[in-house]
Amino acid sequence: MADPDAALVDALRAGDEAAFVSLVRRYHPRLLRFAETLVPSRAVAEEVVQDTWLGVVKGIHKFEGRSSVRTWLFRVLVKRARSAGAREPHNVPLDDEDALDGRFAANDHWRRPPDVWSDRVDSKLVADQLASGVLACLPQHPAAQRQVMTLRDLEDVDAVDTCDLLGISVANQRVLLHLARSRVRSILEVELRRS
Amino acid sequence: MLFRRRREIACRQAVGLVTDYLEGALSPAERARLEAHLADCDYCVEHLAQIRATIDIAGRIEPADIDPEVLDELVTLYRRWQSG
Repeated sequence: MADPDAALVDALRAGDEAAFVSLVRRYHPRLLRFAETLVPSRAVAEEVVQDTWLGVVKGIHKFEGRSSVRTWLFRVLVKRARSAGAREPHNVPLDDEDALDGRFAANDHWRRPPDVWSDRVDSKLVADQLASGVLACLPQHPAAQRQVMTLRDLEDVDAVDTCDLLGISVANQRVLLHLARSRVRSILEVELRRS
Repeated sequence: MLFRRRREIACRQAVGLVTDYLEGALSPAERARLEAHLADCDYCVEHLAQIRATIDIAGRIEPADIDPEVLDELVTLYRRWQSG
């Protein structure tokens, strides 16, 4: 499928300010959200994203269309964030005790079986309400888990591009994703118990 | 339990394999063991459904729109970058 942003990039290359505005409107909020997982503060994240746009405008001639525009923007962002002192992801062993939170007995069977709620989030209204709750809780996650979950599940970036962007192995990416989703699942369970 | 199949997995292991399962990263043997467990365990089926719901909900999280002042500032910078 053709990249829907390719025409905007062509226009930007030709110096079209309206194309710049369109790209910024579309991607600035996404870049800022991802930048916040890479650097320690919102203020630094804002600087890094601004710096990313400078990199995009100055480096537009280097974009060859081998990746999607979105992935390219994320790549420029990661490079700028690293030079601004970004948190480097590190390998984590699969120790999901904190995500499991005592859910299993010594015999590896459920000590506390899950509440049954997966069928309650089918409605758009409930799911949208839960989504804002999840967003509020994400900053409490370890940075590496947020980085992976933001790319994979919030931005729908595939595993290969996610590993490439973050400089991590496929196996490590899966561990981080597993831990992040397990934590978010627990948050959802608490939210649903309250409602 | 006398006829319990060799290398059958318990709930903890099943839950630990869920992400690899959804990622298509399990070997055929592991996948078969997990599916055999799921065929027999409603709790783990619910857990898997919850992880799928989690992914769905995460995908609905939209970032806030750009602050108009930030956009104006970027346009000003764009003009400077263009002329610089």
